[in-house]
Amino acid sequence: MHFQQNTLPNGLTVLTEINPSVQSVAFGFFVKTGSRDETPGVSGVSHFLEHMVFKGSEKYSAETVNRFFDEIGAQYNAMTGEESTLYYATVLPEHFAAGFELFSSILFPSLRDDDFSTEKQVILEEIGMYDDQPSFVAYDHVMRQYFNRHPLGKPILGTRETVGALTAEQMRGYHRDNYLAGNITLVVAGKTSPEEVLELVNRHCEHWPAGTVVRDYPPFAPEKASIWLARENSQLEHVMQLAPAPDSKSRLRYAAELLTVLASDDGNSRLYWELIDPGHAESCDVSYNELDGLGTYMTYLGCEADETRANLERITKVYEQLRRDGVTSAEFEQARNKVATRIVIRGERPMGRLSSLGGNWLYRQEYRSIADDLAVLRALTVNDLNDLMEQFPLSQTVTVGVGPLASLD
Amino acid sequence: MPSSTIETCTLSNGMTVLFEPMPDVESVAWTLMIPAGAVFERPDQSGTAAASADWLLRGAGPYGNRELSAAFDDWGSQRHETATPTHIVMQGAALGGHLDKILPLYGYTLREPLLHDDEFEAVMIGVEQNLLGLEDDPRQKLMTELVRASYTDPWGRPADGTLDNLMNIDSDDVRAFLGNGLNPSGAILGLAGNLEIAAARDLVESVFGSWTPAVPAVVWPKPSGSRSSVASVELETAQTQIGVSFPSVAYSDADYYAAWAIVDILSGGMSSRLFHEIRERRGLCYSVSASLHTAPGAGRVLCYAGTTAERAQETLDVLLAELRNVAAEIRPDELARTKARAKSALIMAQESTGSRAGSLARDWFHLGRVTTLEEVRQKVENLTVRDLAQYLERHPVDQFTILTMGPAPLLADV
Repeated sequence: MHFQQNTLPNGLTVLTEINPSVQSVAFGFFVKTGSRDETPGVSGVSHFLEHMVFKGSEKYSAETVNRFFDEIGAQYNAMTGEESTLYYATVLPEHFAAGFELFSSILFPSLRDDDFSTEKQVILEEIGMYDDQPSFVAYDHVMRQYFNRHPLGKPILGTRETVGALTAEQMRGYHRDNYLAGNITLVVAGKTSPEEVLELVNRHCEHWPAGTVVRDYPPFAPEKASIWLARENSQLEHVMQLAPAPDSKSRLRYAAELLTVLASDDGNSRLYWELIDPGHAESCDVSYNELDGLGTYMTYLGCEADETRANLERITKVYEQLRRDGVTSAEFEQARNKVATRIVIRGERPMGRLSSLGGNWLYRQEYRSIADDLAVLRALTVNDLNDLMEQFPLSQTVTVGVGPLASLD
Repeated sequence: MPSSTIETCTLSNGMTVLFEPMPDVESVAWTLMIPAGAVFERPDQSGTAAASADWLLRGAGPYGNRELSAAFDDWGSQRHETATPTHIVMQGAALGGHLDKILPLYGYTLREPLLHDDEFEAVMIGVEQNLLGLEDDPRQKLMTELVRASYTDPWGRPADGTLDNLMNIDSDDVRAFLGNGLNPSGAILGLAGNLEIAAARDLVESVFGSWTPAVPAVVWPKPSGSRSSVASVELETAQTQIGVSFPSVAYSDADYYAAWAIVDILSGGMSSRLFHEIRERRGLCYSVSASLHTAPGAGRVLCYAGTTAERAQETLDVLLAELRNVAAEIRPDELARTKARAKSALIMAQESTGSRAGSLARDWFHLGRVTTLEEVRQKVENLTVRDLAQYLERHPVDQFTILTMGPAPLLADV
């Protein structure tokens, strides 16, 4: 594999990783803007804008966009998070140039008024869909509660009220302020050449407006809380918990990733044997989420309502034991082997490489090959995990339950 | 299309193993299918297959429950077991060099499962909790019931089980069920990725070669028939869930690729008819889709839409109109897009060991042979608008099964 990084005069970063032995090429535009970058009046605009991009530009109508991507057999989509918006496609090498031209054009969409009002209905339906799924409701509320006034507490989709009140003019303003070349990273991975990538970028992205965006990093300290939202028709109690973890630049992040696998991987882990194997819970896991300047451990528990209290205590017990007694070398090795398999499998497809490359660049401005990741993994020791737990033990700072319970008592 | 080598090997005990070496990958993936799916359950014991899939992995041969899981993890396996209507399916992947350590663990699992009584209660609680969890997902709940309503029993049975059947299942029932299913004569193993055929064949022979059939060959229930009906279930949700199905053909049918192409024209990409008419033009919903669901002997197209109650009737009306309209005209440009999407997906499947291992095993079950990706591409490439029109004459889009779940019932003119 061959890696190359270029920066255009307007500030656009271009990362290319060539792999001649795959069949396809993946490309993605990582725009460093998400729900945390929205002002309160426009909550949900990042995600809504992501939909509107596919409604086309001056050059391409919405219908043309959809038809053209299908004509070249592209597998494409977009996703919006708290900290970034990603537009991506995987295509056969012979369609790369055509797919790239289209995507780079619609990243600067027309935002036509009639498209805006039709798509607003679709967004409201998407909000309704998630409202019917208690685990999504729990996610929104635990983020809101944990981050409180910090910008990360805002819901990615916005609310019916904020989306309902949003105007096309506000969206145009948000796009103008955030879709600047210096705020975008283009990642290309797979079967292409550096020359082809540079030629396309020079032709289609050179005129993008220059500029960068300064992100707000307000001080933040989470406060303990526990909230129970009753839903009569819910069968299970869906509980989410957040606690502090290493931030995206911390050298402890690899250990944090491994710790959560060791603690909660399906089939063989501390939480699995304590809660799932005996049948106490339907699901229970903990994930590590790296964020810009922050990090979280997110614990999820799904179980019958009357087992909730006992299960939360079981989780506490697992976390306390891990912190007190450390990890064993056998479980450490097993977790490490599983993570190694995951890294290799993810790296076998261009889309898997694209997300690794983009994540590393967005958070750390660094390139890491598959070999680099495996080397770091191999160098980790049991002591690294125990050191991590000194600073960032698995814990349960904020709890939100959605389901039959109105309180834990 | 990149070329591929696929080799089939039938062991003397009847087990079939399919190998596909893939250059340029480090991983190897497996799909192991055991004929112990929901269709073999007693009618009042829906959930037996799901319980079997869990219990089976709780210790085997010299390994207790924890030791078995640890042994898989020692070699970094990513694995997952699930019950389907036809099989218990065990899938996974690891680095190629570890296959000789991992496959023997499956040998123990299939030949000497412990099935300890003291694990059984936890197994059944797990099945129940999973079903309660599905109740909290309106879309899954709807699709489960749509499939149940669309086929003759046992082919519409949910592989996850049925809540009010669980009390009818005891440990001896599950043991007997597995006794029938754990039979090499119906077992299929697909292996794809970083492997060398001669060595892999020796490995498979040493692990499974002496596995003797304990029971007569597997007898499959009569092939499925499909059914039509209209029903609604009241549910206090923000959205109304809409499910519509109509008859199609089985995977083994000569018409399969024509049927598949029509579903792709309806719902393959974002220029497809349902997405365009229902979401893009009218903004009626976020999620709308159609997919081809096949069982031995029959197939149905399953359509889904979720939308707020006030817009649900219009959504159902437009959905039915679009489905009926497909026979009126299929445009050449639509078929061209379907072909382009198929070609691209087939070539990209060559990058995924997991996808190939699954296809090998499923092909063998449905067809008794493996189709190469090039063969599939040719079949899709050869389709004409006329072929699709003729298919629709033989298999008209009607005899709908309609199921809705939401605050109010909907009207359907069928």
